[in-house]
Amino acid sequence: MRTYKAKKMSKIIPIGPYHPLQEEPELFKLYCDGEVVKDIKWETGYNHRGIEKLSESKTFDQVFFLVERICGICSTSHPFAFANCMEEIGNIEIPDRAKYIRSIIGELERIHSHLLWVGLAGHFLGYNTVFMWAWKYREPILDLFEIITGNRNSYAMFKIGGVRRDIEGNKIPLIKKIMDSFRKKNNLLIGAVMDDPVIHARTKGVGILTKEDIINFGAVGPTARASDVAIDVRKDDPYAAYPLINWKVITAKGCDVFAKAEVRLLEMDESINIIEQCLEGLKKTKEGDIAAKVKEIPEGYGTGHAEAPRGEVFHFVKTNGSSYPERHKVRAPSYVNIATFKKSCVGQTISDATISLAAVDPCYCCTERMAYAYDYTTGKKILNGEDILKLSHKKTQEIRQKL
Amino acid sequence: MALIKEIESINKNFREEIIETEIKSAKRATVTINKDALTRAADYLFNKLKLRFIIASALHTKRGFEIYYHFSNDLTGLVINLHVILPKEKPEIKTLTSLFEAANWIEREMHEILGINFIGHPNLEKLISEGNWAKGVYPYRHEDL
Repeated sequence: MRTYKAKKMSKIIPIGPYHPLQEEPELFKLYCDGEVVKDIKWETGYNHRGIEKLSESKTFDQVFFLVERICGICSTSHPFAFANCMEEIGNIEIPDRAKYIRSIIGELERIHSHLLWVGLAGHFLGYNTVFMWAWKYREPILDLFEIITGNRNSYAMFKIGGVRRDIEGNKIPLIKKIMDSFRKKNNLLIGAVMDDPVIHARTKGVGILTKEDIINFGAVGPTARASDVAIDVRKDDPYAAYPLINWKVITAKGCDVFAKAEVRLLEMDESINIIEQCLEGLKKTKEGDIAAKVKEIPEGYGTGHAEAPRGEVFHFVKTNGSSYPERHKVRAPSYVNIATFKKSCVGQTISDATISLAAVDPCYCCTERMAYAYDYTTGKKILNGEDILKLSHKKTQEIRQKL
Repeated sequence: MALIKEIESINKNFREEIIETEIKSAKRATVTINKDALTRAADYLFNKLKLRFIIASALHTKRGFEIYYHFSNDLTGLVINLHVILPKEKPEIKTLTSLFEAANWIEREMHEILGINFIGHPNLEKLISEGNWAKGVYPYRHEDL
């Protein structure tokens, strides 16, 4: 472990080191004075997979499968951005049916990603019922993915010029049925979270990010929208079926963790609207017309972006006339969102630090590995990940009793 | 060719520094500028035109080390790439961290994978390899060029 200058602070609490589902696994070291976080240092590189370098040795068709594996939860957002990028280079217009299918996959993914976040956020706060509910409601969405694409995750749906599989007309009633039943459950969840006084007490005024912070850090997605910065690639630089349908960008003014939850919960409702309209669009288009013929990708470069559940995914590709990218730069939304942790967490207590970090949804999906808290001078272990979580649960309990 | 008002105003303000302007579509444009004018141009885009800094992409080509700084106008969906070319022998350029925090990590990353030096950066420590790569090894360089 490296030594830092901030020696006068007595405790250092590491959060990390890695979350394998993320492009950039990381270790946060919280420098604490008592329970208050005074400074944060950040380390990474534990699981650098060299995807950008690997991409240079793959054909364009193979790159889709590679970038799909950058993130397991938003596994379609990277192929989405890459497809937008390549279609920009090749000047390719895709059929309307492919646009609708792309948007349906993108929105279903947003729903299951946000549900996962709501569940985890509930868990951080000691609301294990919310955790169980949200993940239970997520299951039918994943089943739907299996019905449409054959996989619960990593759907392999995208290719340059369109999509690989059609959503046949006979599947539409089933998708509608699942969406209808999910809308009811989601309303229940929105009601349960938005009206709970304890959740208000735990999340309001916690992890504040002002508009200026968002602009300074270049943060995107629900993190930005919760601070009333109405940026959404789907609206700002429309792609796929988003310009063809009616929907609105969800924002909140609270700038805190509660606002981020609000944005995500209401966004799921909007996603259902989008999916329903896309299904109507599918009915209007011819079955099987799902891809344009693409002969070759000319030399050039392109900048493609797409709105992932966590914010804007950005891909830059330079081509040289061959079937391999010469340079492929990927920027996942967490890359800019995580950096805001430095702002939102300093000055908070350790029990609020977990939810402040979780609020940006840093791909916390499969692992939540908090290591140990060491006493800075003796090197003795004081708290482990479970203890930190317990601290957070305890605070919720205390608030609950006071009410 | 589409007219983009941001490009017009950049052309007006940085006439002497611009090497090339390429407008690909109404929403995509690239301005290649003199590397010494980068800080001023980035300042203009970020603070005056209120564009959002997306990220920067660096690559090693026959021309040297190229960096594309991607900026976006979220009201119109416009993406402007500020493009600089650095000489192969001594790739260095001024940091943008004094303008916005978002440049911090990406400059560290570009320093690490390509060996580009960012003058004035507060902390150019390794970001992604955590010291796993030997000193002087820059995996994204194409030595065969």
